[in-house]
Amino acid sequence: MELTAFDKDLLNLLQGGIQFTAKPYEAMASQLGVAEEVVLTRLRELKAAGYIRKIGAFFNSDQLGYSGTLVAVRVVPEYLAEVAEKINEYPEITHNYQRRGDYGLWFTLITNNTDRRKKILGEIQSQRGVLSMMDLYSQKKYKIDVRFNLK
Amino acid sequence: MKVQGAIDDMDKRIIRALQGDFPIVSQPYKQIAEEIGIDEETLLRRLNSMKETGVLRKMGAVLRHFDVGYRANALGVWIVAPEHMDEVAEKMCAHPEVTHCYDRNTTPDWPYNFYTMLHGRTEKDCIELARQLSEETGIKNYQLQFTEKEWKKTSMKYFMEE
Repeated sequence: MELTAFDKDLLNLLQGGIQFTAKPYEAMASQLGVAEEVVLTRLRELKAAGYIRKIGAFFNSDQLGYSGTLVAVRVVPEYLAEVAEKINEYPEITHNYQRRGDYGLWFTLITNNTDRRKKILGEIQSQRGVLSMMDLYSQKKYKIDVRFNLK
Repeated sequence: MKVQGAIDDMDKRIIRALQGDFPIVSQPYKQIAEEIGIDEETLLRRLNSMKETGVLRKMGAVLRHFDVGYRANALGVWIVAPEHMDEVAEKMCAHPEVTHCYDRNTTPDWPYNFYTMLHGRTEKDCIELARQLSEETGIKNYQLQFTEKEWKKTSMKYFMEE
């Protein structure tokens, strides 16, 4: 399925935000000059086709009493997949990427409890093939805005 | 009266109900309010207030960037003097292809203290973007860590243990 010009307008609008009004899709439809039903139908199709990862609410973990960190893991290449699968098991680890460089795996960990955080990091550290880990916490988040302008 | 910015039990119920997929129906908030057992007006008022205080960062969509044509991305790590960081961040954040911008602590063998996610259609785009950011900010010490595989990408589920 190819994205049409209408799809791109719709997705750009949707990335910008959903209004807090009773009929938010109708509001989008009127901006695009189509009927609400057109927007609803097409969004379901775009979601099913995999273009949309998530429609929903994105919260600021710091303000909910949680704290997040980025962890880089240096792994022996032959054990990388095994370590990556172990990392994936934790619900508190939301992102896990393999990257080119000395540190082959990078994951984000969000917890509201220091003991749990230490336990998870300790368990990963002791996995076969893990050489070292860096806990790269942030003091200041300047920007989080994942939005792609589709042309 | 609720303290500005504080999270109470009703907020937690709202957050739990909203962390799944937002319904693609004519009146999505009405449906969610019914699930929580509150009225739609209360839900909308609470959401507005969470957005104002910053608890709710965004209500909207995130696309699968690979499928919409952004096939390459790299974590850019930079060494920025602390006194210049705010200014450097402002310049880098101005680019829409820079989706995340954080400061981070260093370790003895890792001097990079500033992080950006860079997106492009190709790796070459990312390299060119980084070169441009370097030129604009004067930051010469940096590395790009290209993403080779996404092992996991999910959204955090908050307040699940309560």
